[in-house]
Amino acid sequence: MNVEDRLFLNRFNADDRSHLKVIDPEVCLKCKRKQCSPSCPSKCYTIQDGKAVVAYEGCLECGTCRIVCNEFFNIGWKYPRGGFGVSFKFG
Amino acid sequence: MPSKSEEELKFDVIVVGAGPAGTTAAYVLAKAGINVVIFERGKYPGSKNVMGGILYRKPTEDIIPGFWKEAPLERNIIEQKLWILSKDSAVNVGYRSASFDKEPYNCFTVMRAHFDKWFADKAVEQGALLINETVVESLIKENGKVIGVKTGREEGDVYTDVVIIADGVNSLLAKEAGFHPEIPPEKVALAVKDTIFLPKEKIEERFNITHNQGVTIELIGQITQGMAGGGFIYTNKESISVGLACLCSDFMKTGITPYDLINQMESHPVIKPLIEGGEIKEYSAHLIPEGGYDAIPSLYGDGYLIAGDAAMLVNPVHREGSNYATASGMSAANTVIRAKERNDFSAKGLSHYKTLLEESFIMKDLKKYRRVSRFSIENSHMFSLYPEFINQAAHEMITVDGVPKKEKQKKIWKLLKRKRSLTNLIKDAFNIWRSFK
Repeated sequence: MNVEDRLFLNRFNADDRSHLKVIDPEVCLKCKRKQCSPSCPSKCYTIQDGKAVVAYEGCLECGTCRIVCNEFFNIGWKYPRGGFGVSFKFG
Repeated sequence: MPSKSEEELKFDVIVVGAGPAGTTAAYVLAKAGINVVIFERGKYPGSKNVMGGILYRKPTEDIIPGFWKEAPLERNIIEQKLWILSKDSAVNVGYRSASFDKEPYNCFTVMRAHFDKWFADKAVEQGALLINETVVESLIKENGKVIGVKTGREEGDVYTDVVIIADGVNSLLAKEAGFHPEIPPEKVALAVKDTIFLPKEKIEERFNITHNQGVTIELIGQITQGMAGGGFIYTNKESISVGLACLCSDFMKTGITPYDLINQMESHPVIKPLIEGGEIKEYSAHLIPEGGYDAIPSLYGDGYLIAGDAAMLVNPVHREGSNYATASGMSAANTVIRAKERNDFSAKGLSHYKTLLEESFIMKDLKKYRRVSRFSIENSHMFSLYPEFINQAAHEMITVDGVPKKEKQKKIWKLLKRKRSLTNLIKDAFNIWRSFK
């Protein structure tokens, strides 16, 4: 099963504002590894013109992107506002 | 100076996070008559919580005797197995005992979203105030001492004598306040999990169990594709939890995506028959702090204590974490009760927490395995080379093909030496002994 189909099974209450942020997209141009993209278990990050673009709606709130962006620390990571984001039925 | 309205919002204790650590602390404090509030960011306790699925009986029993009679549990684990995998085979070791099939039981599979909700309700029954859908954004400090928290709600400042920080592995509070720095990728594992539903009868047939009995299988070898980590298969009532966890640093090195990894695991010829025909109903991911004893931050200070995953209290060798969370939550509560008697919430007054943890199994076990984290980082061949070899050796010995056993043994020994020099074999043996002794 591909990741998009998997995420479709989860319950999300997406906020209208993103809790994830690429702090300075220009900095991504200096980054050779671009680990955010392959490491994210829900494929929130895509690389466009060498810069990371984030889609927060399917975020599982694991925190991996924050950990792997350890060269430039270019990801602003917060929890979604109270009650928003993923809501696990089983966990 | 705090204004009048802020004065109204003061609790004896603020607990951040309604996971096993936070809820335990709140339960024990409320039972002792202490005015405690829990802030939970999810819609309900458990809705943000993920684990493989094993809850150990003992620490929870210490808080609620006989809890298994009423708590929402999945299955009672009577058999634990380890599978060492090659690409198409598995060497299997395990332990099954009828003694695990009766009270007081050893451990259970649980769904965090169900169990944590039940557990938090129990704390509320004791008098704790639970406030859901509320993110604690930062700590309020005065002269270096924590005196409250800033929540995401309007006019959301709340004051207290002491904050118990139990907001999980991503503890932004601990990080923001400088209690511990950003976790390096080699000290944390990313776990992904599918919850796969199957009819009850199918599960019981495939795992050789009846009614409430359950089985756990831990997996190492080919499925992590050379990364330090392992997989797991746990039986629930009407579903199977299937997943794996590998060090973030290894995900970075290999570039393998977590979802490709779990797909490949589920199509492994030894695993596939167990989940065949099942329906995935949830996909989850979570970080596991695996830095061990030497990664544990300073656990207390003026006006605060840190417990559970936020304190990085996890033993990856025995896949124990939720029990450490519960036990540390209890120690935090007992420390606060003592501090309240003496009216001293300074770092000194709360230092009893460290003493309690040092005296408990938590720190003793973590100290015992303090070398394992480095060992795993530096010896990722342990997760690929040896599992592959063990399978080849088993295959050789079990295959009947007219070759005398003595010759087979020679062949196996040669095969091993081709994979790893004698010096390195001895080094590995020594390192294993030193890390796990």
